[in-house]
Amino acid sequence: MFRQAPRLLARATSIMRARSFSTDLPAAPTSDSSFVEAWKKVIPNIDAPKTPLSFMQPRPPTPPSIPGKLTVNFVLPYQSELAAKEVDMVIIPATTGQMGVLPGHVATIAELKPGILSVHEGNDVTKYFVSSGFAFIHANSIADVVAVEAVPIDRIDPALVQKGLADFTQKLSTASTDLEKAEAQIGVDVHSALNSALTG
Amino acid sequence: MASAASSSAAVPFWRAAGMTYITYSNICASLVRNCLKEPYKTEALTREKVHFAVSKWTDGKPQKPTIRSDTPEE
Repeated sequence: MFRQAPRLLARATSIMRARSFSTDLPAAPTSDSSFVEAWKKVIPNIDAPKTPLSFMQPRPPTPPSIPGKLTVNFVLPYQSELAAKEVDMVIIPATTGQMGVLPGHVATIAELKPGILSVHEGNDVTKYFVSSGFAFIHANSIADVVAVEAVPIDRIDPALVQKGLADFTQKLSTASTDLEKAEAQIGVDVHSALNSALTG
Repeated sequence: MASAASSSAAVPFWRAAGMTYITYSNICASLVRNCLKEPYKTEALTREKVHFAVSKWTDGKPQKPTIRSDTPEE
């Protein structure tokens, strides 16, 4: 009876897998084959025109085994901080808390809050304070982090941070309209995050 | 902008106050720039400079442009 079990189980799983997960997709196609065939049927003498799909680099396939290193692209509007750098781990300040990203992390899109982004490579840790942005982690262990401002921690002036925190805490208590309250709250959040970056 | 009180999704406080994500992100970035140490702070403030000119068109002709600029007029 148990000899039939693998066969029965295999049949059951193949029926249920009608759609594959996005993490298991093969490399994306570089041209639309149905378009090309339909064109050839109607106009066999002229080559089919290239579609935007053929100009794009195809999505690389998800490797079958987890890669050893994470490839990080960390970009700012005016500069690219890290371009395709291979690292062991990145800790990103997501709105849901500090998130550690290792090679083989599930594909995720995370909104970032003001906080510290740390890049771990062997024994070196590089920390940046990020103002806000997004992190896109792809299934093939490539992480793209985009931020508007990111500074190494030693460029932050503690006196200005304390002053800003005091100013905005006071503005928060005197704010009247929703918009003023929101701006004061943002000020308090950013300055407290800067403060804990300096002390932590 | 409609308030999010009636929807079931949890919205961030700035969205509830009528601010867009870009406004929020730019405010955060300018606050961080204002807290930098000296040589970096002046470099960063040059990045915040904005210069654009907007002109409305009527009858196929551009009207007087409104110019928003942080650089002194030449």
